[in-house]
Amino acid sequence: MTSSIDVSLGEVAASLVLVAVAVALSFWRRADLERDIGIAVVRSVIQLTAIGYVIQAIFDEDSLALVVALITVMVVFGAVQARQRAGRVPGSFVPLLVALGVAGASTLGLVVALGIFEPEPRFLVPVGGMVVGNAMTAAAVALNRLGDEMSDRSREIEATLALGATSTQAAAPTLRRSLRSGTIALIDSTKTTGLIFFPGTMVGMLLAGADPTDAVRLQLILLYVLLGSVAIAALLATTLAYRNFFTAAHQLREPPEP
Amino acid sequence: MEPCPAEPRHAILRGGSIITAVLFQLEGVGYSRGATPVLRDLTARLPHGASCVAGPSGSGKSTLLRLLNRLADPQEGRVLYRGEDVRERDPLELRREVCLVPQLPALLDGTVADNLRFAAELGGDEPDVVRLLDLAGLDASFAERDAARLSVGEQQRAMLARALAVDPRVLLLDEPTSALDADAREAIEATLRDLRRRLGISTVLVTHDVAQARRMAEWVVRIDEGRTVQQGAAAELLGVS
Repeated sequence: MTSSIDVSLGEVAASLVLVAVAVALSFWRRADLERDIGIAVVRSVIQLTAIGYVIQAIFDEDSLALVVALITVMVVFGAVQARQRAGRVPGSFVPLLVALGVAGASTLGLVVALGIFEPEPRFLVPVGGMVVGNAMTAAAVALNRLGDEMSDRSREIEATLALGATSTQAAAPTLRRSLRSGTIALIDSTKTTGLIFFPGTMVGMLLAGADPTDAVRLQLILLYVLLGSVAIAALLATTLAYRNFFTAAHQLREPPEP
Repeated sequence: MEPCPAEPRHAILRGGSIITAVLFQLEGVGYSRGATPVLRDLTARLPHGASCVAGPSGSGKSTLLRLLNRLADPQEGRVLYRGEDVRERDPLELRREVCLVPQLPALLDGTVADNLRFAAELGGDEPDVVRLLDLAGLDASFAERDAARLSVGEQQRAMLARALAVDPRVLLLDEPTSALDADAREAIEATLRDLRRRLGISTVLVTHDVAQARRMAEWVVRIDEGRTVQQGAAAELLGVS
């Protein structure tokens, strides 16, 4: 892609009109979202501006070591953020860290190994950011569901343990449902892409003047990469985290109330 | 009736002669949920045959039952099964030998036969679905019924059939009739008596209903506030049914 567009700060500021509409709607319907919208806007400006400078610096240095460092920081922050959504899962940080790390490393490694992208910062940084971000959401949703199910279905799980099932066997239905929860949103959006909505990468490329065929092809690549990474992240996070609900003797640490 | 707590022994004596061997022995057992003590220095014995643990709600009956097949371990004291500390046993093998049927039905998604198959395969067997259903008082047509669409009484029987699918030597039954009306309760009690007669397995039944303990048990342990208050032959302790 060689084309580019210039975006002025004035144009960015103008888009805030839509934010004002959202605030007004929230105020009108008493949804109490004004403060959250304000925080979201301020954080997005600060975080995206900061990451813009970081990416610029990495592009200027053209260093793969800096790419790895940036993605490592994203993985750590992603795990911290996802842990808040997985509050009912004991010891969720390490499973999340491993899940995001493996999802990021394996998918980026594969796309480079398959020759889809060159091992250069200008490809790896944006793709890595998307992979870690989507993996974080998938792992957080999956662990959130896991925590709810382990609590809500503790009677069913203990009844299965009471037959002599291992903790893995007793938790298997819960793990299946958690994995589905973590991945179904992206699968559904992949099913409807192009029909109901245009995904971000494609929109960005079209706005930047790219050929629609190239925009579609790149979008397809990214969708498939993301499908793989969210599946890996959700599977690893749930597989590693469910063990924390059980003792080594296949007992529930928090048995159901009698 | 024996004094309580009694000295640990591996046989229960009456008039100086052994009447039956001890199946479970609990020695100074303490168990807490968080900061709340549930069982306190509890000592009791349960022989082979039909036993009941009776007591009011919240007395620790269900917790006691869960200690017998290591769904939980006591924080103090020990639980012996056939003279051996249960913590020395592999928990999975122990649970297949000493199988617990919980108070509320909790079947897996799928048909009744799916549930029986799952349980049997834990022990590496193929289930004889029709026989298992028959033992639990259900006819063969229940095999392909959706487990989630059964009545509570039917689910309780399906839970019983599922427990039998692992071919246990002991059944632990946690208030199996508490959610049932009088007719269904009598039918389940008849099934349990029939089961003992046909299979010769031992049962430990938890109940808050002393009359049920009198109907169902040869040996009774009465507990209250986490402690044993009485234990002995049901006929002596509760009177003949």
